[in-house]
Amino acid sequence: MPAPDASLRAIATWCLRYAPLVSLDPPDGLWIDITGCAHLFGSESALLADLAARLSAAGLAARVAIAGTPGAAHALARFGVGRDIIVPADGLAAALAPLPPAALRLPEEAAALVARLGITSIAALSALPRGPLTRRFGAATLSRLDQALGRAPEPISPLASPVPLAAHRAFTEPLLSAEALAAAIGTLSSALCQTLERKGLGARQLDLFFERIDRVVMAVRIGTVRPSRDALHLSKLLLQHLEEVDPGPGIAAMRLAARLAEPIAAGATPAVFSSDAGKPDLSMLLDRLANRFGPARLYRALPLESDVPERSVRRRTVCCHLPPLAPSSGKTWPPHLPRPSRLLSPPEPVSALALLPDHPPAQFVWRGKRHRLTAADGPERIFGEWWKSDSETFAVRDYFRVEDEQGRRFWLYRRGDGANPATGDGSWFLHGFF
Amino acid sequence: MSPALAQLHARIQRLERPAERRREVLAFGLAAIDAHVPGGGLALGAVHEIAGSAADGAAILFAAGLLARLSGPVLWCHGTRGLFPPLFPPGLAGAGLAPERVIHLEAGTGKAVLLAMEEGLGQPGLAGVVGELSHLPMLASRRLALAAETSGVLALALRAEKEEGKIAPNAAATRWRVSPIPAPRPPWPGLGRALWRLDLIRCRGRAAASWVVEACDATGRLGMAGLFSGRSRTPLREQRAGA
Repeated sequence: MPAPDASLRAIATWCLRYAPLVSLDPPDGLWIDITGCAHLFGSESALLADLAARLSAAGLAARVAIAGTPGAAHALARFGVGRDIIVPADGLAAALAPLPPAALRLPEEAAALVARLGITSIAALSALPRGPLTRRFGAATLSRLDQALGRAPEPISPLASPVPLAAHRAFTEPLLSAEALAAAIGTLSSALCQTLERKGLGARQLDLFFERIDRVVMAVRIGTVRPSRDALHLSKLLLQHLEEVDPGPGIAAMRLAARLAEPIAAGATPAVFSSDAGKPDLSMLLDRLANRFGPARLYRALPLESDVPERSVRRRTVCCHLPPLAPSSGKTWPPHLPRPSRLLSPPEPVSALALLPDHPPAQFVWRGKRHRLTAADGPERIFGEWWKSDSETFAVRDYFRVEDEQGRRFWLYRRGDGANPATGDGSWFLHGFF
Repeated sequence: MSPALAQLHARIQRLERPAERRREVLAFGLAAIDAHVPGGGLALGAVHEIAGSAADGAAILFAAGLLARLSGPVLWCHGTRGLFPPLFPPGLAGAGLAPERVIHLEAGTGKAVLLAMEEGLGQPGLAGVVGELSHLPMLASRRLALAAETSGVLALALRAEKEEGKIAPNAAATRWRVSPIPAPRPPWPGLGRALWRLDLIRCRGRAAASWVVEACDATGRLGMAGLFSGRSRTPLREQRAGA
């Protein structure tokens, strides 16, 4: 069994997959600075869910919290109510208020004194005047309180990530303006790309670290669909996230590291090469969109063999940190079955009048509006997939394409075959628009 | 139009927009429409607005049919859920737009959709960029037009129209409205091909006009209505364009 510190370090190294800045919070904690990284997972909640799921799959019991300061995240992960806590930027004080003062990592004596005086919440502690608070409990208590509330910075000492592919620049004068930082990003990425070129590699994931003169380290992370060593392209992707970086009193140094790199065929000029002859190379566009909107929101919709309409589409994301774009299969949906262009999900119930049980309705009311139908086509019978759930064993939907007086075409279905109640109760639903 | 007038028209157009003559176009394949719009079709490398109600799929199928007849990938920027009901990709495939050609992006707000469209229009390899919008403002439409002109990519703005009414001006090359109209009953039980009224609301240098067309088929082609319904092949109404 490894020493506790070694196993914590191992988990911390693994957590570098989420963000470039990971720091130990011994004996049992880790800080991950996700500033500028949550976009790679779509959102903060998606990142948190992914992290929690992977930790529990690895057999680790963990509590996770996202907050604006390391102190608050530490406190909420240990003393917060509920699991998977995410504190919005303006809710820091409110989230901390009910927690016990022990959550603030106070020095032992101060903690004992606070407890003896009957101060049971951070709200009560922070309500005390600052002068007496310092005199009675020591300066460390006040600074912990300020750090947790974001009134004072708390530099975390990140693990050195084992990345040999990196470019580093220290500046004689600290950088403050966005223009200066942009210029520095350009220099760093061309330096890094030269290194990559020599090794025949292209970057798939880049971390850019900003070291402020007050020792605070910030980082942004970007990903690419295909390995790239196009300095201009990479610096454009990094610039998209520049606004997330607060230069504070000034940036003293910057480091650009390629965390993931893959071989690129020699001779291929990454700026313009095409994958297949005649096919345009979209990887740069996809990189820009994925880094701006999050890779989970960029996808292809491909056919899946299922009769149930809402299950017949599979999203295949164009993901940054997973294998690059797969070649297309050329498959499509059965062309003889007409399908609407917009689908309501979930299907919305309508009140419909059908003259005979097995006929399409003569009219239906949807969202308070009556549609008189002049023509219909159907039914197309779709059976439930009994292997998915028991409730679908006998389920049947009868789909009709219908046209109303104004020529609008709808996709309606009746739950059940109209005869056997086990197949459905015969109620009508609007499922799509042609 | 008399020959002299047509000649004059062409000269004025050359003076006004010298770049426009070199533009490639996508013909509609319907003589009446192609004769009416400048260049004989929908100009590629330009912004076109297609308005339609959120409660029918006519506008989206019209857009899908146009893109189906071009080759190359398409970037489809989805708007918020409240704007249109979610897109159903098999419907696009039914208009001839193969699933692997479409890259979907859930951009979200109108601002994000415009941003994504502009990003996509900077990519010459794309066949087209579609954005779902509640409206296309003047400034944004100019930016898109500029980006489209540089790359030659077709830009389609799908505008969700709550009700037909006054429309704010923008810099789209053409502005269309697609609305379903009752289709004639086919001689067999069931539904025949859908009918659309295609309104050209605004087009630089041309009059506004309307046509009745058959909805696009499995290869994205429109049909001229009239065989079943006996409707006219010429524009239903012609009026002077506003500007």
